[in-house]
Amino acid sequence: MLMDLFNHWVVITLMMSGLYIVIAQGNLIKKIVGLAVFQTSVFIFYISMAKVEGGTAPILADGITQYSNPLPHVLILTAIVVGIATTALGLSLVVRIKEAYGSIEEDEIQQQDNQALSESNLEKEA
Amino acid sequence: MVIVAFAIIRMKDLFAVVMLLGIYGLISASFFIVMDAVDVAFTEAAVGAGISTLLMLVVIAMTGRKEKANRHKPFSALFIVLVTGGLLIYGTLDMPHIGAVDAPIHKHVAPRYINDSMAEIGVPNIVTSVLASYRAFDTFGEVVVIFTAGIGVLTLLSVARRKESEEEISSINDSMHEQHLVIRIVAKMLIPFIFLFALYVQFHGDFGPGGGFQAGVIFAAATILYAMLFGLSTARKVINQTFIQLIAAIGVLLYGSVGIVSLMSGGNFFDYNVLASDPIAGQHLGILLIEWGVGCTVASVMIIIFFNFAGRQELHQQKERVQNQEPS
Repeated sequence: MLMDLFNHWVVITLMMSGLYIVIAQGNLIKKIVGLAVFQTSVFIFYISMAKVEGGTAPILADGITQYSNPLPHVLILTAIVVGIATTALGLSLVVRIKEAYGSIEEDEIQQQDNQALSESNLEKEA
Repeated sequence: MVIVAFAIIRMKDLFAVVMLLGIYGLISASFFIVMDAVDVAFTEAAVGAGISTLLMLVVIAMTGRKEKANRHKPFSALFIVLVTGGLLIYGTLDMPHIGAVDAPIHKHVAPRYINDSMAEIGVPNIVTSVLASYRAFDTFGEVVVIFTAGIGVLTLLSVARRKESEEEISSINDSMHEQHLVIRIVAKMLIPFIFLFALYVQFHGDFGPGGGFQAGVIFAAATILYAMLFGLSTARKVINQTFIQLIAAIGVLLYGSVGIVSLMSGGNFFDYNVLASDPIAGQHLGILLIEWGVGCTVASVMIIIFFNFAGRQELHQQKERVQNQEPS
């Protein structure tokens, strides 16, 4: 009985580990990996919702009456490809950040920003 | 999968993290097959286990593979995550069970897709007919998003290229020949078949699992394999960068113009029934053209993204070489 919801719990565990990586880790590439984990957990959620007991893949054939729901498949199919395109955009931002700051650690970037800010304030006062 | 996800949290070596992400993608692809989503599994196997891993590796080559130990305390983050997770699990108690036939999701539009799509569209693969015909407007949006992401990467990372001399290319080729002889020869034999398979997936999408998205990704994966083994400059000689950018734009244009043409012929936007005298033939024509548009855009955007990342990395290597030479 409770095993029927097992898939959802796996999805939630994966989603939360992705969220944890995004919040707690300082490395920007690690954060993007966390987003990817989070994203895939949503895919799994949709696909497991589409499953019908005793159904087959939604390709029409003679002698089959029960199909899985094709709509979530369509949504996730496009979402995967869009996901990789946006991930690539994120990664390219990381590359530019690395070139500008020489680091991809969040706190080091913050430090450099603060330094630059206080220096410019000092200049204004002087 | 949970184990892999937890390993990703613990690992400090980014190279291992990326490899684990690839494994994670492959496992989820096999999970999708178990869940009857063959089209999705196709895409995930090519994207999750293939292209995304490669992109991450190229980025790590530029930014360094070691992660610093984080000093701030993770307890507040852990607390937020646990509370959110607990609430979500509480929410699932009301969810319909996995595989239930009478779940609300199976009551809405899905029965129409399953029962009537053969008569209305005439394509056995329901996923294709929903993707390219019923929800063509959605898919058009997705293609535009992919195209935009490609432009974004292009603006952020594109480098002005200097002319590579022929000798340099051939010298790289010779040195690579000694290093990766077996891989190169095996790849040389495999790549034509991968291209052929991509075309099969493209054209067979109406009848079996496949379609423009999958074909585009597989096509791009083959090109990226070629570029990795034979050097970027050799791949650039085969596939001109300007040409591939043109193809990306033409894909979106082709998709959009199919919609406009159907609008002009008196139907709704993306209503293919009016494209030919017979509605079913019109649907077939429309789906074929649209899948071509999708395939062109996806393949060329993926190739553009990889070329730009790799080109950036080459630039870094050159800079390092110059810096190393100066002190001596």
